[in-house]
Amino acid sequence: MNPALQGVIIVVLAVAVCVGYFWSSNQILDRVIFPAKGEKAGQNINRANMVRPWLFLFPALLVLGVYLAYPVVETLRLSLTQRVGSGYEFVGFDNYVQMWNEPKFREALLNNMLWLVVVPAASTAFGLLAAQLTDRIGWGAVAKSLIFMPMAISFVGAAVIWKLVYDARPLGQDQIGILNAIYLGLGGDAPQTWLTIPFWNNFFLMAVLVWIQTGFAMVILSAALRGIPEETVEAAIVDGAGPLRVFFQIKVPQIMGTILVVWTTITVIVLKIFDIVYAMTNGQFETQVLANYMYDKLFRANDWGVGSAGAMVIMLLVTPILVWNVYNARKEMR
Amino acid sequence: MANLKLKDVEKSYGEVRVLSDINLEIEQGELVVFVGPSGCGKSTLLRMIAGLEKISGGTLEIDGRVVNDVPPAQRGIAMVFQSYALYPHMTVRDNMSFALKIAKKSKDEIEAAVAKAARILQLEPYLDRLPKALSGGQRQRVAIGRSIVRDPKVYLFDEPLSNLDAALRVATRIEIAQLKEAMPNSTMVYVTHDQVEAMTLASRIVVLAGGGISQVGAPLELYRKPENEFVARFIGSPAMNLMPGEITGTGAQTRVRLKHGGGEILSDYPSTEDDLGREVNVGIRPEDMQITEGEDYAFAGEVEIRESLGEVTLLYFREHEEGADQIIAKLPGIHPDNRGQHLRLTGAPDAVHIFANGRSLLYR
Repeated sequence: MNPALQGVIIVVLAVAVCVGYFWSSNQILDRVIFPAKGEKAGQNINRANMVRPWLFLFPALLVLGVYLAYPVVETLRLSLTQRVGSGYEFVGFDNYVQMWNEPKFREALLNNMLWLVVVPAASTAFGLLAAQLTDRIGWGAVAKSLIFMPMAISFVGAAVIWKLVYDARPLGQDQIGILNAIYLGLGGDAPQTWLTIPFWNNFFLMAVLVWIQTGFAMVILSAALRGIPEETVEAAIVDGAGPLRVFFQIKVPQIMGTILVVWTTITVIVLKIFDIVYAMTNGQFETQVLANYMYDKLFRANDWGVGSAGAMVIMLLVTPILVWNVYNARKEMR
Repeated sequence: MANLKLKDVEKSYGEVRVLSDINLEIEQGELVVFVGPSGCGKSTLLRMIAGLEKISGGTLEIDGRVVNDVPPAQRGIAMVFQSYALYPHMTVRDNMSFALKIAKKSKDEIEAAVAKAARILQLEPYLDRLPKALSGGQRQRVAIGRSIVRDPKVYLFDEPLSNLDAALRVATRIEIAQLKEAMPNSTMVYVTHDQVEAMTLASRIVVLAGGGISQVGAPLELYRKPENEFVARFIGSPAMNLMPGEITGTGAQTRVRLKHGGGEILSDYPSTEDDLGREVNVGIRPEDMQITEGEDYAFAGEVEIRESLGEVTLLYFREHEEGADQIIAKLPGIHPDNRGQHLRLTGAPDAVHIFANGRSLLYR
């Protein structure tokens, strides 16, 4: 059968099943379990109304439970076990200790910290700059769409694009990598394989994510900048503030809440960063990060214990930021 | 010497000219109110004085210096905005000292200036609060305090009371009047669309209409001797009644026969023999209308609506023709319900204004 037709049939079927579930479960509740007649009619109506929300929530809760809550618990369990023969045995925190002693894990942790500092800061700063600069010019909207466009590219796609940017060809051939072309054009002696230069190659990888996330930061911050009352800016101008002072002492403090939300949102993305590293260096040349380390252990080394331990570490790092982010976002909305 | 001098000032947005031929001199110590209907350009004019809008033509002088191209902060002006425009992330103290910090004043100087302003405006208990913890009236006072600390040559107020509720508006209006009295040497320019604010605060009122100045004068001068029909109807509430008529007698006093309502009326406005037979509009304020029993009446009509306000009673008369302005009489005290009755009205000669082609006969 044609896959498109298959897709259509599945969509129709799924919607039909959902409608069927909501309709029939509602019918059963109102007609069979708590019928709105007889001497207890009023009480039954009240009870049915108490049950109904749970009826409607049930599919979502079920899916969340099976695909989110259960994996978390299972990962925690796996991280405390090790494979023996065809079964598992409980080993306590051995996996975590083993992981901690691995230089590759420490490298990943350190690199993640580096990502954590650089990417959110750079994305937010560039985004804020772009938002402010594009605000007052005629072709600002065009510039904004161009800056925002990388958001629509998948991480792997972006990684491929940037691999080409960093590409190196032997001396004498045309450099198709724009970075090497510029480097040689400015008088560099030989083309560099940028992604293999330890430590600095981390930044070349980060550039990809910054390139993607700047658009996101710009859009959110641009909306926030527009929300600043114009009269406060004018008052500052009358008070003698120059453009820089207006920006940093009047505008930025007024959108601090939004800046923090943008910052933390990008932080969470950074902590989970996997695709870019996987597609560009696969963690070689000292560019390992936690998520790629976890993937290595889980699916290459088949060491489910240590891999799960790595996953738990990532979750532990993300959770507080996520909680704080949700809290801040809610505060912003109020 | 004029503290503020506008000469042939104009403002255009592209092809559209919104203000033109603005000539005005404001002396030190004056409180001048710009008043006019919305869209007349009064706020734009104020913002041009502040330096927030470019001046398209003419010159603006402050203290004898042309400041057309001087940035706002160096013009010696301070501005109070309609929305207060307090910096929400700064305490009251920081809000008031922001300009002084930028001007690199010493700490002691800043502290003294803020303390003084806070004392005048009774803001001392709130200095360490953020604006959001203040009431509307307090915020307004902080905005004024932010101006005072800078000790400007000219204070600019852009509809400062329009965001306050009615009761607070009256209280704050009185506070501003007292503030002006406490600083007799400061020059203030105040924009409002509220004629009560204009009448009570101003030493001079500038009525703006149609992109130009309609009349400049002391509040009561505008009330007693309006230069044109626009000012006549803009100042005073309800607006002055205008009734078409024809001049039948000239001299030190002028006699006009009204087109509708049948009567004749005498005005203290002088006229020449050339004016005989001229088509004019007679203006009488509702509060100057008197009921008369005699034969010497100006206007007779049927009472259509009666509004009793206690202190005064407003009578609305049925129009004599479609589209004509309704004649209103504002009589002191309480009157019995006289709807449907025919009444005769007149006005004392010193309260009868005459306009020809929209302009007062006094100003020609």
